[in-house]
Amino acid sequence: MSGVSSITSRSVALPIANIDTDQIIPARFLTTTSRAGLGRHAFQDWRWREDGSANPDFALNRPEHAGAAILIAGDNFGCGSSREHAPWALLDAGIRAVISTAIADIFRSNALKNGLLAIVVSPLEHASLLAAAGEALTIDLRAQRIARAGHAPIDFTVNSFARQCLLDGVDELGYLLARQDAIARFEEARP
Amino acid sequence: MTATTLFEKLWQAHLVEADTDGLPAMLYIDLHLVHEVTSPQAFSLLRERGLRVRQPSRTLATLDHSTPTTPVRADGSRTYLDTATEQQVDALIRNCSDFGVSLHGYDSPDRGIVHVMAPELGATQPGMTIVCGDSHTSTHGAFGALAFGIGSTEVGHVLATQCLLQHKPKTMAVIVRGQLPVGISAKDLTLHIAGQVGVAGGTGHVIEFRGDAVRALTMEERMTLCNMSIEMGARAGLIGADGTTIEWLRGRRQVPQGDAFEAAAKHWRWYRSDDDARFDKTVEIDAGEVAPSVTWGIDPGKVIAIDAPLPALSASNARAFEYMRVTPGALITGVRVDVVFVGSCTNSRINDLRDAAAILAGRRVAAHVRMLVVPGSERIKREAEAEGLDAVFRTAGAEWREPGCSMCLGMNGDIAKPGELVVSTSNRNFEGRQGKGVRTVLASPATAAASAIAGVITDPRRYQQEAAA
Repeated sequence: MSGVSSITSRSVALPIANIDTDQIIPARFLTTTSRAGLGRHAFQDWRWREDGSANPDFALNRPEHAGAAILIAGDNFGCGSSREHAPWALLDAGIRAVISTAIADIFRSNALKNGLLAIVVSPLEHASLLAAAGEALTIDLRAQRIARAGHAPIDFTVNSFARQCLLDGVDELGYLLARQDAIARFEEARP
Repeated sequence: MTATTLFEKLWQAHLVEADTDGLPAMLYIDLHLVHEVTSPQAFSLLRERGLRVRQPSRTLATLDHSTPTTPVRADGSRTYLDTATEQQVDALIRNCSDFGVSLHGYDSPDRGIVHVMAPELGATQPGMTIVCGDSHTSTHGAFGALAFGIGSTEVGHVLATQCLLQHKPKTMAVIVRGQLPVGISAKDLTLHIAGQVGVAGGTGHVIEFRGDAVRALTMEERMTLCNMSIEMGARAGLIGADGTTIEWLRGRRQVPQGDAFEAAAKHWRWYRSDDDARFDKTVEIDAGEVAPSVTWGIDPGKVIAIDAPLPALSASNARAFEYMRVTPGALITGVRVDVVFVGSCTNSRINDLRDAAAILAGRRVAAHVRMLVVPGSERIKREAEAEGLDAVFRTAGAEWREPGCSMCLGMNGDIAKPGELVVSTSNRNFEGRQGKGVRTVLASPATAAASAIAGVITDPRRYQQEAAA
C-alpha cells in the first residue's frame, strides 16, 4: 500500500442516509477471487441503467463531477455487510475519501486498511460540506484538517495508529508478525 | 472487586497486548470461521508473503454463500449460477487443502451456513473470541462469546497470526423486561428492538441483551436476536451464558465430554455480566408490547407492528416509501406478495422451520406466490425431513431446498425479479439485496408462512388462532 498524506480534489455529494454496502457493491459482484477491477460496479444499481448506459441523474456520472475523489455521503455510510469489496470498489472508481456524520464500524476499519479515508464530521460541518458540494477540498491527514476556500477549515480525528500506518504506507500485518513472540507466550500461558 | 460486564471479561481474557498510547489492543482469536466469499484475497495475501496458517485447529471452513440450493444431480454434481461462483467454491476447497484448514464441504454431513454450523458442532463456546469475514458473526454472541465480522484483510491477519488489532468498543445494554405474548417469536422481538435502537444506534458499541425475556429464550432464539445486532450498527451482540447455554452444548461434537464437560461448564458460567455492572448506554424494552413485526422500508430500522399503520411521509422516509411502493398511513397487511423466503442465518433453524410448517400444514401457498424454504445446514435438513416438515412444505406448494445462504443475499442466483415483493425471514431489506429492484419485507417464519398462504402480507395470528380453535 502506498502512503496517503493529503488529498486535494473537488467534492461530490451523495446525500442519501444509510448507504449500505449492498448499494456500494451488490452481492452479485462478490464472486471474484481478486480485489481488482471492482470500480465499474461501485454503486452499480444507481449508476447504470438496465441497458448498461450511464444513469445521467446519478451524481458520479455527471460531467461536472468527473474526477471528484472526495465523497460527501449522507448519515451513517457503509452499514451492512463486512465485504471489503466495498472500499476496493470505491478506490477503483477513483474515490479516495468518504465524509459523513457517521460511518459504520466494519466499513471504516476496512476502508482505512486500504488507504480510503473514512472521515466523520459534525452534522453542522456535514451540512456545510453538502451545501458547497463541488468545491475544492484539501484533506491533510497529518494535520487532521480539511481545508476549504472561503470556509473555515474542519478538523477531524483518525485514530493515531491507523493514521501512522496510512502516512507511512505500511499495513498492520507487519506489526502483528513482529509480535509473534508475544503471541506464542500468550498461547503457552493458556489453560 | 468492581462489577464487570461480560464484554470486559471477554476482552481482558484475550489481550495479548493491551492498548496503550494510541496503539490498538492485540486480541487473540479462539475460533476463525471461513467461507468462500471473503477468504480468497486473504489466502492470496498469505501466498504473496510466504506465510502459513498459524493455527489450523482454530480455523473452520464451510461452503455456504455461493453454493446452489437446487437439487444435487444423480452424479453428485451441482448446478451453479455461473463459472465465477463455481470457481470461488473450488478456490476455497483448494485453499483449505493447501493450508491445512478443516473444511465442511459437500462431502460433510455437517455443512451449513457458517453461523448455523459452528454452534451445531459445539465449535462455538462461551468465553471465546470468534471472528469471520461476515457481519452476521454476531450470531455466536448468543453463547457468551465475543463474536464479530471482519474484512478480508483482517481474515488474512487472523490466518497468519491468530490475532487482530482492535480499539476497544463501548458497551450498551438492551434490557428486555417482562414476557413475550404467546405466539410472538424471537424474530418479532429482534425487529422490534431494531426499530427502537435504529440502524446506527449501536455503532461503536457491543450490545448485551439482558432481562427476563432474554433469559427465557432458547439458544436458537438467542441466535436470532444476536444475529441482527449488526443491523443496529453494533460491533457485536452478547447474551451471558447460563443453564440454557450449557444444556444446549452438552454432547455436541467439539465440546469436552463427561467430567471434562462439567469442568468446562463451571468455567463457562463465569461469562455473564456481574449484577451491578455498568454500561455506557442502556435501552429498555417492554416484551409485553411486542407484536408480530415487519420492516416496511429499505433499512432494518424501519419496523412496524404488523397491525399498525405505516408512518406519515417525511423527508427522512420519502426514499423508502418510493422504493417500497407502500402508502404512508395505510396498513401493510393486504399488500400483495410475490415471493416468500424462509431461511438465512437469522431464521433457518429447526424451530423456525417448525413455526412455518405449523401454519402451512393442511393449507396451500397462494397460486401467484413462489415460496422457498432453505434449511440452515445439512443437519437441520435431515432433522426436518425426519419430522416430515419437508412433506408439509412440498404439499403446501413450497420448494424445499439444499442448505445455504440462498436468497438472503442472492449470490447463488436465488433472487426475485425486479419490482417483486419478498417476505423474507432474513436480516437485510436493503435496496436490491434480493435482486435488482426487489422489495424486501423482513418478518418471522410464522408471518412469512401466513403471507405465503394469503398471498398478501398477513398477521400470522389469524392462522394461529384458527389452529387453536
